[in-house]
Amino acid sequence: MFDTALTVNDLIFLAKGAGMTIMVTAISVFFGTILGIVFGVVRHQVGPWWAAPLTFVLDVFRSIPLLIQLVLANAFVTTVLGFRVAGLTVACGVLSLYTAAYCAEIVRGGIEAVPLTLRRASRSLGMTWRQDMTNVVMPLATRVALPSWIGLALGVMKDSALVFIVQVVELLKSTQILITRLQEPLFLLTICGLFYFLISFPVARFGGYLEKRWSND
Amino acid sequence: MNYSFRWNQALNSLPQMLDGALVTMQIAVLSMVIGIAVAILLTVFRLSGSRVLRGVAATWVEIARNTPALFQIYMAHFGLGGLGIHLSPYMSLLLGIVFNNAGYLAENFRGALKAIPDTQTRAARSLGLSSGQAFGYVVVPQMLRISFLPMTNQMVWAVLMTSLGVVVAMNTDLYGVTSELNARTFRTFELFAIAAVIFYVITKVITLSARLLAARLFRY
Repeated sequence: MFDTALTVNDLIFLAKGAGMTIMVTAISVFFGTILGIVFGVVRHQVGPWWAAPLTFVLDVFRSIPLLIQLVLANAFVTTVLGFRVAGLTVACGVLSLYTAAYCAEIVRGGIEAVPLTLRRASRSLGMTWRQDMTNVVMPLATRVALPSWIGLALGVMKDSALVFIVQVVELLKSTQILITRLQEPLFLLTICGLFYFLISFPVARFGGYLEKRWSND
Repeated sequence: MNYSFRWNQALNSLPQMLDGALVTMQIAVLSMVIGIAVAILLTVFRLSGSRVLRGVAATWVEIARNTPALFQIYMAHFGLGGLGIHLSPYMSLLLGIVFNNAGYLAENFRGALKAIPDTQTRAARSLGLSSGQAFGYVVVPQMLRISFLPMTNQMVWAVLMTSLGVVVAMNTDLYGVTSELNARTFRTFELFAIAAVIFYVITKVITLSARLLAARLFRY
């Protein structure tokens, strides 16, 4: 039961897949967060009526399976528009927007958690909107939003397993390829699951710690 | 842009896709019902004095929350297959989603439990209820009420998760039907756009009906 046909080369292959998972996650979380902050601030700033189109679009990203978003985006870019684009680009683009949709919600929640009186006070002291945003709202909103943002980043890492559908070979896909060859599903899947777990678990714990530490009660 | 859309061709297969949507709904509802039951069981495990049971519950929750749902479904099909337990795609998809749901819901329930004062259990016990009765009649209903919103979210997640059945060759749910039609007609964009609309409608119906239900259930 314990002898395996797994070679060093296969392990390197798996490590490459893991690297791809981390890369896709890092790119998507980076761009997704920037977009999410912009969307969140805009949504808060222009009021519910003017933000309705944006709210709708972001809601669509949260109500359709990521798998279908990926297939649709891939079909749209490659066959409808006729561009030759790598699957990786499509994957990062879709995942960034997906991240942004959730991040906007977190950012909005963070901004709304800052008491309005505090912001009025800062404006009364002569701060500009920009100063108010960067010096008052941002530090306070970050406290509220950071634990959920960590959760979101981990969620994106787990969801990045779905990019196999646009021919990106990440960790789970490379495991699948090895399973097809070595026929040792349980062993290989355990390695794969362990990898996800080892990244996700400590960070999730850290998020939980921050949440407890920073909560006001 | 010289792509000609053929919406008619895709729309002709709408009945098949709606049948698939029914299967998707069925899996989501089943996985939620079983998931809630298992999550309550895990909560009981967590509260129990036995270290083994607490360990089981903690391990379950951490694995469910820290690995991709796709991995869990994959494990249910190929991992168990490696152990000699061969499940049909439907069963392994259901099992994977139940595993995931139960983990997330157990965590929600734990949060909800913190909001229920200990005095309630003590009051119930001093009124003569057994510990099981106190838990079942006093704690669980309040727990379910507090975690109603997270449960709605989990239900939406369950619907979205059914699309992952593609890795275990599931071909009767909405995603499976769509990709099979796609393999025959190659109208990828049109077919998946229709599937996306169906998914959107399903999730909206769930969130709206949950809101109506909450207004009706929690009037007091």
